[in-house]
Amino acid sequence: MSRARDFADLASSSSNISTVAADSANLDQVASSYSAGGITGKNLIINGGQSISQRGTSISVTTDSIYNADRFLTRTYGGNGTYTVSTLQTDIPTVGDLYYSTKYAVNSAATDTGTYGYAIEQRIEGYNVSHLRLGRADAKQITLSFWVKSSVAGTYTGAIRTTSGEYSYVFEYTLSANTWTKVEKTISALTGVTLSLLDETNGIALFVSPINFGAQTSKSTATTDTWISGNYVFTSNQVDWMGTAGATCYITGIQLEVGEQATPFEHRSYGDELARCQRYYYQTTYRGAADTTLLSGTVASGTTAAQCGDSFPVTMRSAPAVGYSGSITAYDGSQNNTVTAITANGSSTTNATINVTAGTGLTTGRAVQILSNASNEYLTFDAEL
Amino acid sequence: MNEMNITSAKYCRDLSGNNASISANIDGIELNVPLDPANRHYAEIMRQVEAGELTIQEAD
Repeated sequence: MSRARDFADLASSSSNISTVAADSANLDQVASSYSAGGITGKNLIINGGQSISQRGTSISVTTDSIYNADRFLTRTYGGNGTYTVSTLQTDIPTVGDLYYSTKYAVNSAATDTGTYGYAIEQRIEGYNVSHLRLGRADAKQITLSFWVKSSVAGTYTGAIRTTSGEYSYVFEYTLSANTWTKVEKTISALTGVTLSLLDETNGIALFVSPINFGAQTSKSTATTDTWISGNYVFTSNQVDWMGTAGATCYITGIQLEVGEQATPFEHRSYGDELARCQRYYYQTTYRGAADTTLLSGTVASGTTAAQCGDSFPVTMRSAPAVGYSGSITAYDGSQNNTVTAITANGSSTTNATINVTAGTGLTTGRAVQILSNASNEYLTFDAEL
Repeated sequence: MNEMNITSAKYCRDLSGNNASISANIDGIELNVPLDPANRHYAEIMRQVEAGELTIQEAD
């Protein structure tokens, strides 16, 4: 080897060392950004910051599975307690960088807790968690974290369940009254089991319940902090929040991520979070003035009927169920008739043919606008899990 | 899965005269439900039909 070649190799090595040093600095920057919550896509929960609330800001809960803040629903499992959910609340933790919370308040205290249970839940679509490799040898650990404040001190429970409750992971934590508390729970990898029911496409893969409000004996277990076979949500230690008149609870900053540590909450842009929510549900918005157009390109196909093609703002999870609220009208330039029925035929995940039935008097062939004149007049498209 | 309170269900036809959706009253709300097994409302309608708890009326 010539001396000239030795010097050339040395120079090359020096260059490589510089590159490694630069890479290390870059990795430090990435790690720093990650720790600050700056890496997007890590939170498997949609609307964990409680900032999206398309259905309104005050929702009465008297039956099972009522959606409130987008993507979140209440479970009553058949019980007789009722409560009100108030979204976009500004009672938030004094530390951290969250902006909204959701408030749950008991209206009528349950008298049947134990026979029936109560919980808050988000259902996660299979496509979004297929990388967790649930049940397989290379399944991943996950960590759930959130902020919560309850007027009732005591032991609370949370749970994560797989499709149809085939496997469950139940955990407990303690809250002091009226004190914002950050709960962090690392959940072991669900490995080495056969999940014959697991949906890893557009169905429910995971049920995530960060907090429960009353235990149901048939869904309670004494086994916590490990995955168990069967459908369990509670332990018998769960405080009877739902049986406490006037009880309140606030929750926000809900995050489920891969790994064994809770990292700072991931802040997404409002538009990004809204679009994620609209894959499951969206409703038309009122512009704040009369004659807000909900559907355009509609043509009268008879004296009481009109139809149009409608495209959804994002690709939905499944073809949606379509509904409407209030006295929306069909206006053909002359007649302005109240809509009495809406159907969506030929629906897909991206668009539908909307058929509108309205009072008689429309002129066949005329263009028709479907109008809203108040904030409670809108169309809904529901593809929730 | 939760059980919905479905008080009525009726098929709706598309332009070709085929059943294309179901208009139903679900938990007190009128909804038009696509014939998509992935839709939770359709899945629950069919579950109740198979359980003998609900009958879907033919389209007009």
